[in-house]
Amino acid sequence: MVEAKALVKRFGDFEAVRGIDVQVRKGEAFGFLGPNGAGKSSTMRMIASTSPRSDGDLRVLGMDPDVDGPRIRARLGSVPQQDTLDTELTVRQNLQIYGRYFGMSRADVRRKATELMEFAQLAERADGLVDALSGGMKRRLTIARSLVNDPDLLLLDEPTTGLDPQARHMLWDRLFRLKAGGVTLIITSHYMDEVEQLCDRLVVMDGGHIVAEGSPSELIARYSTREVLELRFAPGEQGGIAEQVAEFGERVEELPDRVLVYTGDGERALEQVHGRDVRPVSSLVRRSTLEDVFLRLTGRTLVD
Amino acid sequence: MRTAPTSSTTAPDAAAQSATAPARRGPLLRMLPAPLYAGRARALLERSAMVYSRAWLVFVSGVVEPLLYLLAFQVGFGKLVEQVTGPGGQPMSYVAFVAPALLAASAMNGAVFDSTFNVFFKFRYNKTYDAILATPLGPLDIALGEIGWAVLRGGLYALAFLGVMAGFGLVTSPWALLLLPVALLVSFAFSAVGMVCATFLKSPAQFDFVQLAVMPMFLLSTTFYPLSVYPEPLQYAVQCLPLYHGVELTRGLAVGVLDVSMLGHAAYLLALAAVGAYFTAKRLARLLLR
Repeated sequence: MVEAKALVKRFGDFEAVRGIDVQVRKGEAFGFLGPNGAGKSSTMRMIASTSPRSDGDLRVLGMDPDVDGPRIRARLGSVPQQDTLDTELTVRQNLQIYGRYFGMSRADVRRKATELMEFAQLAERADGLVDALSGGMKRRLTIARSLVNDPDLLLLDEPTTGLDPQARHMLWDRLFRLKAGGVTLIITSHYMDEVEQLCDRLVVMDGGHIVAEGSPSELIARYSTREVLELRFAPGEQGGIAEQVAEFGERVEELPDRVLVYTGDGERALEQVHGRDVRPVSSLVRRSTLEDVFLRLTGRTLVD
Repeated sequence: MRTAPTSSTTAPDAAAQSATAPARRGPLLRMLPAPLYAGRARALLERSAMVYSRAWLVFVSGVVEPLLYLLAFQVGFGKLVEQVTGPGGQPMSYVAFVAPALLAASAMNGAVFDSTFNVFFKFRYNKTYDAILATPLGPLDIALGEIGWAVLRGGLYALAFLGVMAGFGLVTSPWALLLLPVALLVSFAFSAVGMVCATFLKSPAQFDFVQLAVMPMFLLSTTFYPLSVYPEPLQYAVQCLPLYHGVELTRGLAVGVLDVSMLGHAAYLLALAAVGAYFTAKRLARLLLR
């Protein structure tokens, strides 16, 4: 569906994307994970054929965006980072006119709008203006709108940023259904749980580069341990702890507010820590996540 | 999976495509690269019609404006200035002299308003165009669609203006019917130029600059008096103003005094419209398709 080779995006002197290779296959959910400014959105916009590439090669749906932009966009759905709903129109009109931009007939867009409002659970707000909707509803409408042309490939740029947990889960549910229906998804996020939940495969981006690639479980297996022991200390008492507990795990990371011990067995490590008479304020044993992978690869957390 | 019927006209090689299937591509599609134009500007008109279907009352102002103007000049001004010399040297009432010029000026004002205020907010704040550019539509579709709407609206206003003029007994020649297409041309030229300007505006406060350009144009473009009142060097300057050409056309047509120079006036406005539309598309592409 998407094939990028040595893809580069420059804005003046600033290089946002610095030569990445990506391949997205039909029917999969593919993720771009990385902190703000990693180059995710620039990459997405190039794939969406709304931003010309600066260098490298890019094929979307087998076509070159520089030449066939309109033809590619006709088969894409795009959920931008910020809602771009038409605030001068109602919910229903937003869906209808968007279908018209794709050249669909009036009868088609009427039918499709009704169907999509059902899908996004917005039927009751059909004839209300968009401004009156809650954040979650607007996001759902944006996703519904991106589906008006029955896209083969759906691009979601941080689809759940700024939403409450309930709204996020509802959106995830909709995305699962789309995937089950055969739509290829490309998702960017700086929430590791989102990518872990939704994506079959992902790349981790940092500073315009791809730093790792694989399925969530592969990445965790490759770059982290099965479990993590988190130790929190009272302010000012964390100094020197990392060295003391280093031998209880394969690896130790020190963050400003806690020490992470990477180990196959977190409970055992915790016992050993207590045995050494180290007394954290609180401790937590959890499974490794993509956040740990990211931390390992870049030395930073995802959401600062 | 069903795909939206995309135009089969956006082929990779425009030249090759037009050679094999010339009938399926309009002249614009053949001239312009596919990424700029999908040939679907009409969808933008439809959007505007949707927006205004809830605000149709604004069209009432289209009748009120000429009514107030003409009343003021008939009842008020007409008392002071009884007769002036018309385009063909014939005497005419002041209100008959000024009415066609006001029609052109009102077409200008409507077009400038539509293409600056309305476009600015869609462009900067509502991100309407970003959303549209994610569809097959290109910047030229947007430019033509938005300018087209300003022209349509200008046409409706001009029709109302003409009706009010007729009501005042100011339409004396059948040529006056041509005031309508002239008003469309004036709207086209000013909305195209206005839209280019709108892409340069950074904040609503800068609309004062637009007023700064439109107001003198309205007052100085021989709207209220003939060109001959200016000293000669100033006459050339006034003749550069686009509204002057609109006024020349409407004033002559209203009384049926035709002149070959009218073709020149029309060509000036047409050229302005084409240049404006082209640069609008360029600017939108530059700012939105980064």
